[in-house]
Amino acid sequence: MSALARTPLFDLHRELSAKFIAFAGFEMPLHYADGIVAEHRWCREQAALFDVSHMGQIAVRGEAAARALEALVPGDIQGLPLGRARYTLFTDDSGGILDDLIVTNAGDELLLVVNAACRAQDLALLEQRLPPSARAVLLSDRALLALQGPASATVLARLAPGCAALRFMHSAEMELCGLPCRVSRSGYTGEDGFEISVPAEGAERVARALLAAAEVRPAGLGARDTLRLEAGLCLYGHDIDRTTSPIEAGLAWTIGKRRREEANFPGAARILRELREGPARRLVGLKPEGRAPAREGSEILFEGKVVGRVTSGGFGPTVGGPIALGYVPAQLAVPGTRLALSIRGRAEPAHIVDLPFVPHRYVR
Amino acid sequence: MTVYYSKDHEWIRVEGSRGTVGISEHAQEQLGDVVYVELPEVGRSVKAGEAVAVVESVKAASDVYSPVSGTVVEINRAIVDNPALVNEDAEGAAWFFRIELADPSELDQLMTAEAYRDYLATLTQG
Repeated sequence: MSALARTPLFDLHRELSAKFIAFAGFEMPLHYADGIVAEHRWCREQAALFDVSHMGQIAVRGEAAARALEALVPGDIQGLPLGRARYTLFTDDSGGILDDLIVTNAGDELLLVVNAACRAQDLALLEQRLPPSARAVLLSDRALLALQGPASATVLARLAPGCAALRFMHSAEMELCGLPCRVSRSGYTGEDGFEISVPAEGAERVARALLAAAEVRPAGLGARDTLRLEAGLCLYGHDIDRTTSPIEAGLAWTIGKRRREEANFPGAARILRELREGPARRLVGLKPEGRAPAREGSEILFEGKVVGRVTSGGFGPTVGGPIALGYVPAQLAVPGTRLALSIRGRAEPAHIVDLPFVPHRYVR
Repeated sequence: MTVYYSKDHEWIRVEGSRGTVGISEHAQEQLGDVVYVELPEVGRSVKAGEAVAVVESVKAASDVYSPVSGTVVEINRAIVDNPALVNEDAEGAAWFFRIELADPSELDQLMTAEAYRDYLATLTQG
């Protein structure tokens, strides 16, 4: 285990009886004493605190940084107003997805939050492809906390009253516990909530201040996964990767109107063709009709033939049963289509449902 | 009446020629929240070490192995209807199946409660 990196909150996790797992080279809490289901429910009902410091925080600085970044993503970055955040994708020349990320316009720089497992590759891409006038800097001295759930705004406002004025995907610098933090109203659970970028040396102080609230309990990566799956949010390396296009993954909404017209992002030829003509397959929500969870890799069957695979699957605590995501041929990608999922060699009935499985409760 | 444990973390409580099988307290703790259980059919003939049931937590699916050879004579539908019972009472109400032992001498290959405790201690050291 010594080869694994630890976040600035490692000692706090241990104090809170975390059960750890190795994730993307980090030793991260899978869950704490309450367990995944209780942590999941607490997040939907109150507020859960997640340590997501394993994610890469990168600043892109320099003149015309937004235009430079647009050469790597299909999102509208130049049109991103000050203090706003946007979900976008690094795409490759064949229209596959290299990573998904959040970009925030912080005024003098763009702030990127990327997946831990893709961090090195993303940095290399930025170093290679940004023009000399722009540069990418890994903010390795910062931790990232996610406070998620309906009580988040009430709790955070006690420490930083300014957070109440933020709406979904808005972001601002504010002081928490005397530390300069960047607070964004965003997350990966489908609930209202905030992501807080904090100087590493102050992370524990902020985490303890949040955990001191009666409404807040810690939650690990286990609950983070069940929450995002119920919210129908893609997980990189599972639901999206180099073999999937943004259109197949249902992420056409991330491609701005101007970007479509300019057609100057990596993979534009394929991506824009799929936008016009429709992709061959689509990512859909799958609801097994029985109680057995279908896991990642399970075959999706239609009229006895394999037509796709489950990319994420498990038990949804709020749904109260198994749920999954997977790719099916576009002509089948209609809510209500009945198919089957292969679970331990048996074809278990399932049907396609609208996403998300649990409605989002963002404050817009 | 004696309880034996396997290295795969099943327990078997033997009364006469019949054994009641479940997963250990340690196993349920490792699994976390159990959300699904699949049991063998009554009448199925099984070998010692054969995967005969499935227990799934939020995290993952795990096989449950029969600690002995024999014939499944009864299954516990209560844990199919309420999988969380496995977390609440793994070594009691949440038994998985009852088996008619084919060869009671196989029990010699299993561990007593005390030996299993020692075995668990060696696992946590690693």
